[in-house]
Amino acid sequence: MKKKFRIKVRGSELAFDYVNIAIMLIICFITIYPIWYAVILSFNDGQDALKGGIFWFPRVFTLDNYKAVFRNSGIVTAYMITVMRTVIGTATSVFFTAMVAYAFSKPNIMGRKLYMTLGTITMFFGGGLIPFFLLLKNLHLLNTFMVYIVPTLFNFFNLLIFMSFFRGIPKSMEESAKMDGANDLIIFIRMILPLSKPVLATIALFTGVWHWNDYFFGVVYINDVDLQPIQTYLYKIIAEAGSSRMAISNPVGVSKSNVTSNSIKYATMVATTLPIVLVYPFLQKYFVKGIMLGAVKG
Amino acid sequence: MISKLWLRFKKERYLQIMALLGVLWMVIFNYIPMYGVIIAFKDYSIIKKLSEVDWVGFNWFIEVFQDENFVLVIRNTLAMSFLKLLIAFPLPIVFAIMLNELRLKRFKRFVQTVSYLPHFLSWVILGGILMAWLADVGLFNEIQTLLNPNHTAVNYLAKPRYFYSIAVFSDIWKELGWNAIIYLAAISSIDPQMYEAATVDGASRLHKIFYITLPSIQGTIAILFVLAVAGLLNTNFEQILVLKNSLNAPTAEVIDTYVYRMGIQAARFSYATAIGLFKSVIALFLLLTANKVTKKLTGHGLY
Repeated sequence: MKKKFRIKVRGSELAFDYVNIAIMLIICFITIYPIWYAVILSFNDGQDALKGGIFWFPRVFTLDNYKAVFRNSGIVTAYMITVMRTVIGTATSVFFTAMVAYAFSKPNIMGRKLYMTLGTITMFFGGGLIPFFLLLKNLHLLNTFMVYIVPTLFNFFNLLIFMSFFRGIPKSMEESAKMDGANDLIIFIRMILPLSKPVLATIALFTGVWHWNDYFFGVVYINDVDLQPIQTYLYKIIAEAGSSRMAISNPVGVSKSNVTSNSIKYATMVATTLPIVLVYPFLQKYFVKGIMLGAVKG
Repeated sequence: MISKLWLRFKKERYLQIMALLGVLWMVIFNYIPMYGVIIAFKDYSIIKKLSEVDWVGFNWFIEVFQDENFVLVIRNTLAMSFLKLLIAFPLPIVFAIMLNELRLKRFKRFVQTVSYLPHFLSWVILGGILMAWLADVGLFNEIQTLLNPNHTAVNYLAKPRYFYSIAVFSDIWKELGWNAIIYLAAISSIDPQMYEAATVDGASRLHKIFYITLPSIQGTIAILFVLAVAGLLNTNFEQILVLKNSLNAPTAEVIDTYVYRMGIQAARFSYATAIGLFKSVIALFLLLTANKVTKKLTGHGLY
């Protein structure tokens, strides 16, 4: 064992450490507290919460807010839409983008330079919101579930991350599979995809979080309330309450209920965020790598 | 010649089909909308075919520049962007350096984990929390009343003069930790021998930060600065849309929300496209200029 030696720590250095730790603790508190506040209010009696003064823990504990959330068919439908678009949207987008990336990553493929140029231009210039909206209208994608899937099928940034990963896979493996008569599509599905689990997981998690959190598509491209995701549902109640005195707005549903629209809102927010917080530990393992790859390439 | 190309294509037909599906998607969802910007020069209406409507030249652009609201919108966009560039851009650098100075590795990992979390919450959730806190019966006023019983409650989101600060600070709350990742990675690739040598020479922590850490991550800072300048006209659409309401609109309306309001809500497609195109062209120009200037000054650039 190597003998451990310490350089004598100066007083000013110690002060530096303490100040640094103190600032970090304050940052952690500021980050966590708003989330914690939403959680405690979602478990507090709605009428009681109107009196204010709840800072650390629920004062009158109740599960009624959550019961009201899960009894509300609008919320449940929206939640299902979010789950569906996240699962289907992520699976299709990851597969499709990886497939194109595999083809683009072949150095000798005909037209490769043109394909890459076409993609790179899209990173610097776009048509903007209105031409995109009109395109979706002409494609009859507006107000359909497919608007969540098809226009988000492909992502050039993700393609670059996939490409840099695929280039690291040894060529010899593919060549031997080719000798056995497999075509490129089969090689991609049977050999490349299973070898690419880390990068697939990274992109899938990013895409999944995006789908889960997106409210914009539901606001702009969807009119039918049965097709809106939970984030859009929440956006609408929040926007409605926007300029009014939202915190004391009317109770929802049966009169004499202790549930207020505000307490329901907190419960919906927590129920919407919970899945993200649950996958967060897995997410964390991958995203730092992902952002680095993206930074190197992008 | 043609038959030779055809032979080559046939040989790699599976790869070509895979690639062309991607190209097809880009043509439809990227390039058709790019072509679609020509409606900014036409008198587009939803009932006529694009080829049948008249050209109007730069009329829409002239109208845009005479629009009083547009001046406000540009002011708000630039004000918030510059505030973000001034405050929200340097903070992650400071945060990354401070994180790096933490000696307890476990504590460091804990702070990192906590600080990345808000990035994964949607703006709707954060907007909902903010609205509740900033309302006249919300937490902010509650605390102010506790400190000062004579405090009159203010609904902060209903007052235009608070909007810039709310937008900038909520953005920092959400992205501080996340934006620090890239600097942390740059710091971790610095050769530790440099620090050891400096310690032997008697350099203090602050000396090492200013003479080793900062110069070493200069390139990363330069690249991110180019991107930040290129995005000056890009306010955070999802953020502003949640926080905006009819009362704070005078300071909350930005280019993106204005395009949305004019184009989709008021169905003035040509007019809104003209605004959007103006924005894209300026953004491209900003990117090229910022890249050139930064490259000249620091030797680092995007390309």
